[in-house]
Amino acid sequence: MRVLVAGLNHKSADVEVREKLAFGGDKLEPGLRGIRGLPGVSETIIVSTCNRVEIYAGVEDPEEAAGRIKQFISSFHSIPLKLLDGALYFYSGPDAVRHIFRVASSLDSMVVGEPQILGQVKGAFAFALDKKATGVLMNKLLKKAISVAKRVRTETKVAENAVSISFAAVELAKKIFNDLTGKSVLLLGAGEMAELAAKHLINSGVREIAVANRTFERGQELARAFNGRPVRFEGFKEEMFRSDIVLCSTGAAGYVLHKQDMHNIMKGRRQEPVFLIDISVPRNIDPKINGLENVYLYDVDDLQGVVDANRNERGKEAEKAEKIIGEEVESFERWLSSLQSVPAIVELREKAEEIRKCELARLFNKLQLGEKEQKAVEYMASAIVNKLIHPPTAALKEDAVDRELLIETIRKLYGLNGDCTR
Amino acid sequence: MGEITFDISLLFYFGAMLLALLELFKETKLLPKFILLLAGIGFGFHTVFILYRGVAAGHVPIVNPHEATSFFAWCIFLVFFALEYRYKLGLLGSFIIPVAFSLMLASSLLPKEIKPLSPILRSNWLGVHAVFAFLANAAFAMAAGVGLMYLVQEHYVKSKHLGGLFERLPSLKQLDEINYRLITIGFPLFTVAIITGAFWAENAWGSYLSWEPRQVWSIVTWLIFGIVLHARLLAGWRGRRAAFLSILGFLTIIVAFAGLALLQKGQHIFQ
Repeated sequence: MRVLVAGLNHKSADVEVREKLAFGGDKLEPGLRGIRGLPGVSETIIVSTCNRVEIYAGVEDPEEAAGRIKQFISSFHSIPLKLLDGALYFYSGPDAVRHIFRVASSLDSMVVGEPQILGQVKGAFAFALDKKATGVLMNKLLKKAISVAKRVRTETKVAENAVSISFAAVELAKKIFNDLTGKSVLLLGAGEMAELAAKHLINSGVREIAVANRTFERGQELARAFNGRPVRFEGFKEEMFRSDIVLCSTGAAGYVLHKQDMHNIMKGRRQEPVFLIDISVPRNIDPKINGLENVYLYDVDDLQGVVDANRNERGKEAEKAEKIIGEEVESFERWLSSLQSVPAIVELREKAEEIRKCELARLFNKLQLGEKEQKAVEYMASAIVNKLIHPPTAALKEDAVDRELLIETIRKLYGLNGDCTR
Repeated sequence: MGEITFDISLLFYFGAMLLALLELFKETKLLPKFILLLAGIGFGFHTVFILYRGVAAGHVPIVNPHEATSFFAWCIFLVFFALEYRYKLGLLGSFIIPVAFSLMLASSLLPKEIKPLSPILRSNWLGVHAVFAFLANAAFAMAAGVGLMYLVQEHYVKSKHLGGLFERLPSLKQLDEINYRLITIGFPLFTVAIITGAFWAENAWGSYLSWEPRQVWSIVTWLIFGIVLHARLLAGWRGRRAAFLSILGFLTIIVAFAGLALLQKGQHIFQ
């Protein structure tokens, strides 16, 4: 069995596509059941957040399964196959394992190190486990992914990065507004990082929060979480007349806010200062807006620059994290391939055991031996069997380069036919 | 005899200025306290000097360029201490003490002797006019200093290079607000100064407005700060624009003050 990843994220697809393909709410369970039911797919997990939709599966033939899953997504969400061509990516084998580890460790996030994704992966795993969509492979893989993420968090400073970014945003806000109590914040889009930054702003005294999200329901959810007020996405420019801080992560493919819009908004605000934080990749706010008076626009790179200026070790930390992931991928692959040789070892042992029992029975039928002699003969028989099957068993357990070839060879030499010989 | 108090205060102001400039490059906890201490001692001697001058001359000691510049500096320090007491703005001293010290230095270079007052200066309007004018000018000087701090801080935020003084400079909002408050305090004071000045002029020469350069410059200054307030309230000219205009306003004050005094023209030349 092999690991397969089929997915799309903020880099491969823009928000319109991601939203259409999301397995949110009621769609998750039928989605899991549907994919699990595909021929050649025996285990599956679906991770669906606003920045990514990913399907992890244990499959027989990755290529075949990839085609089937793509077909399934297309019919499940009633989206033409063509639309999926550029958006979906597929990984199999060690690449898939690496990808899953990187996602859980937040190395694949819009803002590297943001903490939400691990919780979302855990949630997705728990849900799939509960619905019995997973098996040995996925259970082991996801448990491992979670522990890798924890290892990355404790052994590197990657996780600090996201915290520092929202911290930097709050510090900047304080240098613009002095005091954040009484300031109103607008969350434009409900990305993973926006939530984190919003939490930091609330901790610094911001009381009034409005959420404008493309899917109004998701906006409502988030607004409830922050004790805020949901706003129709179409009306966000009117809302901006009263927003001092705008956190933007709509995930749109282009700008949602242009210089002329902002010019008009500033007129309406009588030039009250505004702090715009654009944490979308690609950017959602026209960078020219920073040229307007009393408007301060920072995007993720700007904030990252602020953080990096303070400490110059982010590159090293990410490298460290990738190294940890490399190690863990290797160890997982070792486990996975040892899993492959388990059936052969079992068969070999069973076959030897059967021969031993058969021959002993035949011998004891012919000769009438006393109890003591019988014991001695039995002992000798099992000693011979054990000594004979020890080297091949050991070889199978070993971490061989062409394990598959070895398994094949041993099967042939010992006449194992692949079915259990019972 | 009382002259020595002037020199002592000059010395302490100089020390305060050196520390204030040092603070731009080095951040320590003690430095701001030492700056305040030195400036405070200097201010104490300075006050003694002004009182001594007043008693010795028998009138408000703001009648020659030496006294005027020294009193201007004294007013700026007064406003500085008031702001420090109220807001504790980081680096305010670094931006304003050099200005005040320069005025003191200029004052020390001007002739100091007390001469008998010419008849036109013997008026009760004089003291009122001069005190209001210099308090207003000090408020405007401080508004310009705070405006400059705003421009520096805004440059950091806009350019996204948050090094240098960014950490220690106050927030944009606070600088803008204080700039605004200083102008709202300075403007009525200045208005009173202009009105009392007109009465004095009428008293001395029989005409409220004789279009002499000093009067014209004063009206220009008054107009500039009037525009700053007006545009802020009506058109939302805040932040950068307000900062620029208050610096411009302060420059016109300096030009009026220094330039016209040096040109030795008009009736504001006191002897």
